[in-house]
Amino acid sequence: MIHFILLFSRQGKLRLQKWYTTLPDKEKKKIIREIVQIILSRNQKTSSFVDWKDLKLVYKRYASLYFCCAIEDQDNELLTLEVVHRYVELLDRYFGNVCELDIIFNFEKAYFILDEFIIGGEVQETSKRSAVKAIEDSDMLQETVEEYMNKPAF
Amino acid sequence: MPAVSKGDGMRGLAVFISDIRNCKSKEAEIKRINKELANIRSKFKGDKALDGYSKKKYVCKLLFIFLLGHDIDFGHMEAVNLLSSNRYTEKQIGYLFISVLVNSNSELIRLINNAIKNDLASRNPTFMGLALHCIANVGSREMAEAFAGEIPKILVAGDTMDSVKQSAALCLLRLYRTSPDLVPMGDWTSRVVHLLNDQHLGVVTAATSLITTLAQKNPEEFKTSVSLAVSRLSRIVTSASTDLQDYTYYFVPAPWLSVKLLRLLQCYPPPEDPAVRGRLTECLETILNKAQEPPKSKKVQHSNAKNAVLFEAISLIIHHDSEPNLLVRACNQLGQFLQHRETNLRYLALESMCTLASSEFSHEAVKTHIETVINALKTERDVSVRQRAVDLLYAMCDRSNAQQIVAEMLNYLETADYSIREEIVLKVAILAEKYAVDYTWYVDTILNLIRIAGDYVSEEVWYRVIQIVINRDDVQGYAAKTVFEALQAPACHENLVKVGGYILGEFGNLIAGDPRSSPLIQFNLLHSKFHLCSVPTRALLLSTYIKFVNLFPEIKTTIQDVLRSDSQLKNADVELQQRAVEYLRLSTIASTDILATVLEEMPPFPERESSILAKLKKKKGPGTVTDLEEIKKERSSDMNGSAEPASVNASAVSTPSPSADLLGLGAAPLANSAPPPSSSGSLLVDVFSDSPSAVAPLAPGSDDNFARFVCKNNGVLFENQLLQIGLKSEFRQNLGRMFIFYGNKTSTQFLNFTPTVICSDDLQSSLNLQTKPVDPTVDGGAQVQQVVNIECVSDFMEAPILNIQFRYGGTFQNLSVKLPITLNKFFQPTEMSSQDFFQRWKQLSNPKQEVQNIFKAKHPMDAEITKAKIIGFGSALLEEVDPNPANFVGAGIIHTKTTQIGCLLRLEPNLQAQVSV
Repeated sequence: MIHFILLFSRQGKLRLQKWYTTLPDKEKKKIIREIVQIILSRNQKTSSFVDWKDLKLVYKRYASLYFCCAIEDQDNELLTLEVVHRYVELLDRYFGNVCELDIIFNFEKAYFILDEFIIGGEVQETSKRSAVKAIEDSDMLQETVEEYMNKPAF
Repeated sequence: MPAVSKGDGMRGLAVFISDIRNCKSKEAEIKRINKELANIRSKFKGDKALDGYSKKKYVCKLLFIFLLGHDIDFGHMEAVNLLSSNRYTEKQIGYLFISVLVNSNSELIRLINNAIKNDLASRNPTFMGLALHCIANVGSREMAEAFAGEIPKILVAGDTMDSVKQSAALCLLRLYRTSPDLVPMGDWTSRVVHLLNDQHLGVVTAATSLITTLAQKNPEEFKTSVSLAVSRLSRIVTSASTDLQDYTYYFVPAPWLSVKLLRLLQCYPPPEDPAVRGRLTECLETILNKAQEPPKSKKVQHSNAKNAVLFEAISLIIHHDSEPNLLVRACNQLGQFLQHRETNLRYLALESMCTLASSEFSHEAVKTHIETVINALKTERDVSVRQRAVDLLYAMCDRSNAQQIVAEMLNYLETADYSIREEIVLKVAILAEKYAVDYTWYVDTILNLIRIAGDYVSEEVWYRVIQIVINRDDVQGYAAKTVFEALQAPACHENLVKVGGYILGEFGNLIAGDPRSSPLIQFNLLHSKFHLCSVPTRALLLSTYIKFVNLFPEIKTTIQDVLRSDSQLKNADVELQQRAVEYLRLSTIASTDILATVLEEMPPFPERESSILAKLKKKKGPGTVTDLEEIKKERSSDMNGSAEPASVNASAVSTPSPSADLLGLGAAPLANSAPPPSSSGSLLVDVFSDSPSAVAPLAPGSDDNFARFVCKNNGVLFENQLLQIGLKSEFRQNLGRMFIFYGNKTSTQFLNFTPTVICSDDLQSSLNLQTKPVDPTVDGGAQVQQVVNIECVSDFMEAPILNIQFRYGGTFQNLSVKLPITLNKFFQPTEMSSQDFFQRWKQLSNPKQEVQNIFKAKHPMDAEITKAKIIGFGSALLEEVDPNPANFVGAGIIHTKTTQIGCLLRLEPNLQAQVSV
């Protein structure tokens, strides 16, 4: 089971946090600080796995963003790497060539896509088509640039 | 302008996010956020009702601010309102806010649950999905209370959409993890198992996760999942790479589902049905075969997914631990990965091999990779990988390669990362102890450890080396010599000073004959380190000095001068000052005899599980180490032909055990099994009667003595013309220690002197006795001592037998006495008031709880003697409790390892004739 997923930039800015276990906010902040620091201080060419407390961190960098999952000892590390990859593919498919800015400005969509893919720390749907379909359904109503610009800017 | 805005974009939100990103400082950011918060607050409080879009936008802004790390204390109500919106995007934002910012406000929880209930009942699959996601995301007990009954119904209902089934399965799993008591098994469980047959692979994937977790807790209930999982797995691994369409991931068919199925199978032993078992073996073989095929794609995703399945299959093979062929193939496969250019694969191969090393079928195969692993330790650039290499070396270590592995670990320690040094030190210490054939090697290894990584050598490690040296007299001289040499280094670690101080204090005499390590040189060497050390070490050194006074009377005055100096006697540290004062006085006023007794060599330490091992277990968490140890213990008998030291406390070691036990416990002298050829006169008889099974009948008169020891702990147990046996014992709670003194009353040596403590089968289960062998020769007029460590496991009736065999002159002597270890030794007095006593007394109404005995007094009844007897018996003597002042009343608790039993006693003497208890 995945305990949490963090997305952060090379500068250490947190872009997304998803927790599958219940923790107080203070504890979460402490964990985020600690893990971002651990991962950013690792050099390249190292393995993608780090022992952390009684969990294992599995991480991978895509362009400027680090994706990091904390899994249990008996969980499959390699497949967790592919969980990350599949999530990136889902984002890619939704945004079209996803970049860090997409995730910053559409953070809520990034959460929705993750929810379609993983529930309670377990992979729910591995088919790319089914997972994105649910989100795209909700976006059926596409608006024009004019309509968008007519909305209030505050 | 933001890069993209898809669907129903929120312009105001995009602008706000841009503003935040443009803030040049933290202060500017906080200012902008506060402005926004004020704006949102005023909108929410405003008179004008907000439309759905605005509400969604502001709630989303609050969420963004919260995710930036700021506290949010309002907006929850607006978010809850969004839940009942009919517009999907508004509902979605409402649920997201609730999932991220759960509030324990009971009023809100009720409203949220209500909204969820409506959505679950809506039969709209997207709304149901949102509601289920929210339950899973929050996963609180309140949620479980509200929905744990409903979700299984949704999960198994025939008309539920596939996507909803998937969400429901994982949602239920989340609730089961947080509150298993609220998710009772029921009719639905068997129907959930059949989801493994579902046509929709997404449903099977989600259901397998749920079933795996449920099966771990309720294996019986989900037993049927095994054959279903095997057939599903078999269909996947034999399918062509395109058969599964969307579920094929980079040419690997359904890797997630395969891994989950393999995990599910790890909840069970190998299938009993030969057909199922055969099919599973075929699957596993196919997976292993595929690993050898050329890759279908150069992409890392392909190899990751393929190897993920392979590693999970190997985990299952190791879990079953029953197919030698598969185990060895797995080992070979991992061996290939050890040299792979992908760091991740090397890491995982090392990790997986660790568990493989504990299987008896593959242990030898794993050992063949030792050079590669040692090389990994030296060349890997990633500390996580090196850590795995250390773990694997530890796991593959046995008697045959211990010296090499320990040497390599010591080598590595010189340059090891600080983060893993302590663990390596513990591992080296354990391996060195466990596989020491030669104790000089053990002592060298530990001293090396201290030299290389002194700061990381914890107390447990250096305590342990001292315990072992004290318990094994064959290594004491060597240890003294080695520490003496090590101490000569100009800079040595304080831990070395501690070990050196202790060992020289005990055994310095063994090397004092050499003029290069004369008493004075030893003392000066130690004292040269004194001022560089911390207080605890100095305190230890002071004890060494007073021990020297006893060992080496010739340097007594030198030592007294040191103790007398102001820096000692007036030391600011109370402990040091007290030691100096007391030791100085002791050395001045005590006679040599008293000194010799007080400062006698330390008695052997009681044997128990190595504290280092306990520490490593603590460090690594339960599980990893324990399992390894236990598996090794089981295996050891056939692998090495000897028991591991970890088993020491397990049973009563009362007879010489054949194990080559390095703790020196059971290694009783086996000398008597081969009588010296010189005694040819009665050779045949000797061979026959020397066997330990021929136990002499109880020596006459020993019963009388036995009775005397019921109420006392010290005295002479047995005496004849040749031999006197004295006892000294002490008991605390359920533990005790008995010193047995064998005195040779003659002027001739006793040869092959072998005392053995024998417990009947019944007694063995309730009384744990451990003895250390004694020297097989007892000189004329000499006395030897034997220690028996006693642990009372449960109550018992009989007493153990002490059998002694030895040769005196030409004749063989064999005698047995009962050893006075009786249940009342574990009796601890308890004080209680009269009221308490009689209340408890009356509660004991069950006939089994009460014994009454009327007996005739053998001796004249004297109140004082009776009182002394009751106290000696172990109970508290309660005065003025019984209304009849002539009666005696006692109370106490019998301590055993398993239970503690309260015990009350009343003695009503009838002075005319009888006494009743």
